[in-house]
Amino acid sequence: MAATRPTLAVFKFASCDGCQLTLLDCEDELLPLADRVEIVDFREASSAVRAGPYDLALVEGSVTIPSDLERIRSIRANSRVLVTIGACATAGGIQALRNFADVREFREVVYARPEFIETLATSTPIQDHVKVDFELRGCPINKVQLLEVITAFLGRRSPNVPKESVCLECKRRGNVCVLVAHGTPCLGPVTQAGCGAICPAFDRGCYGCFGPQDTPNAPSLSRTLVQLGMEPPALQRFYRTFNANAAVFRAAAEAASPTSEVP
Amino acid sequence: MTDRTIAVDYLARVEGEGALHVRIHDRTVEEVELRIFEPPRFFEAFLRGRSYLEAPDITARICGICPVAYQMSACHALEHGLGLTPAPAVRALRRLLYCGEWIESHALHVYLLHAPDFLGYPDAIRMAKDHPEAVHRGLKLKKAGNALMARLGGREIHPVNVRVGGFYRCPSREELDELRPTLEEALALAEETVRFAASFSFPSVEEPYEFVALRHPEEYPMNEGEIVSSRGLRIPATRFEEEFHELQVPHSHALHSVRRDGGSYLVGPMARYALNRDRLGPRADAIAREVGLEPVVTNPFRSVLVRAVEMVYACEEALRIVGSYRPPDRPFVSSSGPFDVPGCMAATEAPRGLLYHRYALDRSGEITEAKIVAPTSQNQKRIEDDLRDVVTRSLDLDDAGLTDACERAIRNHDPCISCATHFLTLDLQRN
Repeated sequence: MAATRPTLAVFKFASCDGCQLTLLDCEDELLPLADRVEIVDFREASSAVRAGPYDLALVEGSVTIPSDLERIRSIRANSRVLVTIGACATAGGIQALRNFADVREFREVVYARPEFIETLATSTPIQDHVKVDFELRGCPINKVQLLEVITAFLGRRSPNVPKESVCLECKRRGNVCVLVAHGTPCLGPVTQAGCGAICPAFDRGCYGCFGPQDTPNAPSLSRTLVQLGMEPPALQRFYRTFNANAAVFRAAAEAASPTSEVP
Repeated sequence: MTDRTIAVDYLARVEGEGALHVRIHDRTVEEVELRIFEPPRFFEAFLRGRSYLEAPDITARICGICPVAYQMSACHALEHGLGLTPAPAVRALRRLLYCGEWIESHALHVYLLHAPDFLGYPDAIRMAKDHPEAVHRGLKLKKAGNALMARLGGREIHPVNVRVGGFYRCPSREELDELRPTLEEALALAEETVRFAASFSFPSVEEPYEFVALRHPEEYPMNEGEIVSSRGLRIPATRFEEEFHELQVPHSHALHSVRRDGGSYLVGPMARYALNRDRLGPRADAIAREVGLEPVVTNPFRSVLVRAVEMVYACEEALRIVGSYRPPDRPFVSSSGPFDVPGCMAATEAPRGLLYHRYALDRSGEITEAKIVAPTSQNQKRIEDDLRDVVTRSLDLDDAGLTDACERAIRNHDPCISCATHFLTLDLQRN
C-alpha cells in the first residue's frame, strides 16, 4: 500500500512559516492524512527527505531573491499538481510593500553591510513565474480550506473554495455589519471569504488578508470609506497590507494616493 | 591530517531556512557557522510611514509560530511610549493569550521537532507508529493552546483581536469558562509530558551560559518585568540597546546580537526558568521536583524538560486567569496624542525568549523608525558556541554521526529562523 500512496511535498519561499504550520495545526487530521499520502519533503516537520517527482506540492512564500527563480522552476518541473498557499505565495505578501519603494534604501535601513544581502527589487507571487494549479488565499490560510484542497487534488476533483466576499460569510455568522452600523472601515465587501468573518465578529473591520474577492467593486467601497472620513494616506495603507500586490488592491491603493483624484 | 567539512544545506525541523557549516583542521574546529539564508523581508523598513495602530498586525507576520509575541511587544512598546495603561482585566487577558501561544509553540517543539531526536526518528509522523500515545498527547496539547488563542484572538495564527491599548472585543465570562475542561485536560497532559521527557536519555553536557530573561516581582515573566541576567545585569527594557548590540556577519541574513563586551548569551525557556524558578506555580513546581529537574539547567539537551515544565505552568496560569476573569468596562484605552514620541520600547517573553521592540513616532502617529530584536538573533552566536563544543567533543564520530550531533545541538534551542532574519539594526542611519 505504501508504494501506491501519492506523494506530498511542502516548500517555503519568503514567508513567516504560518501557512505550512497550518498543516501541522490540523491536529486531528495530521496522522490520518499521513496514512493517505506519503510526505516526502517537509523540512519544517521532518529530516527525512526524498527527491521528487511529487504528486502534490504545496508552496508557501513569495519570490524575493535571485535563486528563488531557479528553485521554483525545478519544483514545478517535479510536481504533478502545484498549489500555492497563503498571501505571500498568491500575492507577494507583506514583503511586497517593497514593490512600491526603493529596495536599495530598504536594504540599507535594515543592514549595516547591505552588500552582503542579495535581493530582488520586488516580491512576487509564484504564479508570476510558473504555472500554478490552484491558489489558496489567506494570511494565514484556513485549515479547513487547506484540507479541502488536499483532499480534492488527491481525489482529482476541483476544490470547493468559494470566491465570494467576506460579507456573505459575515451574514451567515450573524454579525452586525460594522461598516453600516458603526461606521468602522471594513474591506469585507471587496475581500474573499474563507476566514470565517472573524474581524467583524471581534468588532473590527476586515483588513483584507484573504485578498480580493471574485467580483469586487473597490472604487465604490473607497467612496464610502472617504465619506466616513478616511484620509487618502490611511485609505492607501488600508489596501496596502498583506495582499498589497494583488491587482485589485494595488489599483485601489494607487487611486487612493494623495496625489491622484479621489475615486 | 586533512581538512574535514561538515555541511548541512538545509536544516530540518526548525522554523525557517538555515544551513550549517563546520570546518575542522587537524582535530581543531576552525569555523562554525549557522548560516541563515532565509530571504530578508525588510520589516523595519516598511514599518516606516505606517500608523502605530498597524504595528501589532504587521509585525505578527514576522512569524507564524509566535505572532502573539510580536503583537505583545509592539503593544507594550507603543503603550509605554504613549503613556497608555490598559485595564487590569486586559492585562490578564493578554497573559492568557500568551499562555495559549506558549502551549502551542512548546508542544510543537517538544513533540513534533525535538522528541524525534531523542527517540531516533526523522519526524513525529514516523514516531507515531511506535509511540502513538505520545504523539496524540502532543497534538492534543497543541490543539488546546490553539483553542485558547482562537477563542481570544479569533484564530491561532495571526490572531485579529489584539490592538494597541487592549483588545477590539473582550470575551464574556461564559466564553472563557467554556475553555476550562480543555485546559484542565491540557494541564494533565502537560504534566505527563514532563514525565515523558524525563524518560529520555541525555548526553552529559554543561555550557557556561549567560542567561537573559525578564523578571517580574510576582509572576513568571511574560509581558512585563526588568531584563536580568545570570551575571548580575538588571535593567529596564528601555536600556536594552545600551547593553546588547547587534552585529552583521557575512554568513547570515540575521544579525547577531551580543552583550556589550561582545560575548554571547542565551534567551528562551532555559534562561527564563533559571532566573525565575521561584515564580513557577504550584503544579509546575511540583512536577519539576518530581522529575528532579535542577533549578538551573545548563545542559541544552534538557531544555525539552524546561519547555514541558513551562507548559504545565502556562496551563495552570491559564486556568487561574479564566477562574478570576471579569470583563473590563472598556476593551481598550486609546490615545488622542501627542504622538511624537522618539522612543517607544518594550520587551516581552516570546516562547523562544526575549523579544525587544522600539518605535519612534511622528506627530501624526506614523512610525518613523522601528527596531526589532528577535530571540533567535540573540541566540545565534550562543548556538554557534554550543556547536563548537559539540564538534570538539565528538570528533571521533563519522561524518554522519557528527552532522546528526550538530543538528541536534541546534534544535535544542528551537531556533526560529523566520523570526531572526527580519530583524535588523539601523546602524547605517545612526553613523
